Amino acid sequence: MEGTHAVEFRGISKYFGDVAANENVDLYLDKGVIMSLLGENGSGKTTLMNMLAGIYFPDKGEILINGKPVSIRSPRDAFENRIGMIHQHFMLVDVFTAAENIILGLEEEGRLDRRQTADRVRQISEKYGFSIDPDKKVYEMSVSEKQTVEIIKVLYRGADILILDEPTAVLTPQETEKLFKVMRAMRDDGKSIIIITHKLNEVMEISDVVAVLRRGRHIATVRTTQTNEAELTEMMVGKKVSLNIRRNTPVNPVPRLTVAGLTCTDSSGVPKLDDVGFIAYGGEILGIAGIAGSGQKELLEAIAGLRKADKGSVIYTPEGKAPEDLVGKTPMEIKDAGVSLAFVPEDRLGMGLVGGMGMTGNMMLRSWTSGKGIFIDTKAPRELAKQVHDFLDVVTPDIDYPVRKLSGGNVQKVLVGREIASSPSVLMSAYAVRGLDINTSYVIYNLMADQKEKGVAVIFVGEDLDVLLELCDKILVLCGGRVSGIVDARTATKEEIGLLMTRLGGKEAKDNE
Amino acid sequence: MNFNLIGLIRAAVLNGTPLLFGTSGEILTQKSGNMNLGVEGLMFMGGAFGLLGAFVYGNAAGDGAVGWIAVMIAFLSAFAAGIIGSLIFSFLTVTLRANQNVTGLALTIFGTGVGQFVGELMRLKVGGNVSVSNSLKTAFSGSVFPEAMQSIPVLGPLLFNYNVFVYIGLVIVVIMYLFLNKTRKGLYLRAVGESPATADAAGISVTKYRYLATCIGGGISAIGGMVHTMTISGCVWNHTALAGEGWVAVALVIFCLWKPLNSLWGSILFGGLLILYLRLPIPFIPTQIYKIVPYIATAVVLVIVSMRQRREDQPPAGLGLNYFREER
Repeated sequence: MEGTHAVEFRGISKYFGDVAANENVDLYLDKGVIMSLLGENGSGKTTLMNMLAGIYFPDKGEILINGKPVSIRSPRDAFENRIGMIHQHFMLVDVFTAAENIILGLEEEGRLDRRQTADRVRQISEKYGFSIDPDKKVYEMSVSEKQTVEIIKVLYRGADILILDEPTAVLTPQETEKLFKVMRAMRDDGKSIIIITHKLNEVMEISDVVAVLRRGRHIATVRTTQTNEAELTEMMVGKKVSLNIRRNTPVNPVPRLTVAGLTCTDSSGVPKLDDVGFIAYGGEILGIAGIAGSGQKELLEAIAGLRKADKGSVIYTPEGKAPEDLVGKTPMEIKDAGVSLAFVPEDRLGMGLVGGMGMTGNMMLRSWTSGKGIFIDTKAPRELAKQVHDFLDVVTPDIDYPVRKLSGGNVQKVLVGREIASSPSVLMSAYAVRGLDINTSYVIYNLMADQKEKGVAVIFVGEDLDVLLELCDKILVLCGGRVSGIVDARTATKEEIGLLMTRLGGKEAKDNE
Repeated sequence: MNFNLIGLIRAAVLNGTPLLFGTSGEILTQKSGNMNLGVEGLMFMGGAFGLLGAFVYGNAAGDGAVGWIAVMIAFLSAFAAGIIGSLIFSFLTVTLRANQNVTGLALTIFGTGVGQFVGELMRLKVGGNVSVSNSLKTAFSGSVFPEAMQSIPVLGPLLFNYNVFVYIGLVIVVIMYLFLNKTRKGLYLRAVGESPATADAAGISVTKYRYLATCIGGGISAIGGMVHTMTISGCVWNHTALAGEGWVAVALVIFCLWKPLNSLWGSILFGGLLILYLRLPIPFIPTQIYKIVPYIATAVVLVIVSMRQRREDQPPAGLGLNYFREER
């Protein structure tokens, strides 16, 4: 079989400073095969793929395409070798139309003919079963449409090898199904596809083979039919781990946060939350599901006092104290009352951490008002930083090392660790495991479960419905800023939630599907 | 009406032409995502070197000096000075990834200094006012159209009775509009300004596009300084004449919402506002009040645009941000 593989990595190594991101990777992929690339955060999956896509250049080893050694020094070289990568963060120009984005960078002769491009885009769409309007501006598109544009972009360039970096992270179950259908169509058309994902059930569903990386090294490539989730996890982590989320029956839950009629608009008058009401109980985990941008962020911000509520009330009932309305209070007062927000935004650092400061400095952001006189107290934050560091296994050269330079997973650990450490009575977290590998994710899930058992009311905004169903006690589904439904996580199904996410109340969906 | 409307419009056009160059050059630069705040410096350099070029040529050629050659030399000297200034900016920001605002301000200080130095040096050498011969002056400020066209009532003075730079500016702006909106390269340039990472991943050289756009844009801006010196200031170096022109041009870029065609009427409007105090004096209102009107207009436009939230009216999304491929 030597020399007939669509892609082959031979002894690939890549170093960032002294750290080996990839070491001596031998890996191959055949034509017409979907391969899942699996590994923990920092195991070098994205780095390896970036070398194929021309973002990085390997320090050692060679890459063979269809048996021929190639040198891929830039994204352009990658196109010429018929390789296309769909990045985790979309590489699209918002103010351009789909068609304009698709033809970016192409060295085609002649005038810019928008109609001809649109025709070719439609052709490709029909072939693989997409639906896209070539003249729609990207900023008017949903996440799933943007992803479609990305995929068409690489197909338009005639790519035979497609790399998808965590494509399902932001999709609803229905959209994921559609994507998988397209991927199968492309495979049957003879294309080789590499998909990076953290979700094991998707790995099992979509891929033909699974390659596992650990600490930059290639551990094994196995046929999907000959393996199972437990075995894959063991290969990934290097030891047996249990993939069970502890979920005990809530012990005498008490209403902790009663939200009623909460309504918010953004600065340009667009309604973001409309008459949202629910009760979060102490000792329970309330999951919040919804398509990205359905008001999850706004809801948490409104409760935390970061966003002005136009209407409604947020009644907070601390243990053994009189209830009080949080609406109209400052974020500081709300925090002091024991309502804590661990929000992990898309860019991780955006809200909550200061990139240029170390762990100690970031711990201090929660305690800067304590301390004597004009001087801040650095001892306690340093202790706290050490605790978080040891407890969550944060990989950092030093606790004062700028968090900006840590890997994404470690940044998240710092953020979540700090919020939990303030021992809140309401803990809100959004996308706490976004981009985290499976092992670290479970550490975080179990931290949430610990908090719940301590009687904390946990509000958990998540993207992965499987996890929500396993971790939470109740799930509130938002759709376009309104409560589409509240379901019992122990009995609900993924499809049910998926429908609630896309249509208010989950109604009339069946007619359209 | 006690003032002459046609006269005011003509004055606005003439006074707006340096701004037209300054602004359209900066629009090209900013479309690539480079925020060059050194326009003031570039226009000073363009003014001084443009005059120097014409002056040296006038002296060397003596009585045989040909008008259009002097114009060409001034044009190219200013353009070259602008390119050199912008090269410094591009090298610092694109290659060395220095902060664009700081670099731009430094370029303003540097360019103003160089311009003043060259201008004053010429004055010292000549021992008085630097100027060119009257025949050359006419080449710079005279109309390019035949007498018959200029004397058409109303239309003549409004359309045909301007110096050559008004028409060159018009042509540059129209070409720039066509380039940005109708060509592949223009689309790629805008992509670089909107999202350099996207452009890079699509195989477009961010470095090449930023260098070229910034240098050509800077050259065009610098021509604006030359136009001001050679027409409005009457081919004489005056160390205060150009002060503030570059900043108005930067404000005008925002006022025009980064669209070249808007700069046509925008520059006439701003040119008019800048000289309104001469044409329409209102008692007890100091001239400084008039001079801040362009900036107030820019602020009002900014407020309206941010209220309307139209994505097409926003600045290029990558404006002011340096790009480094391997940075996370």
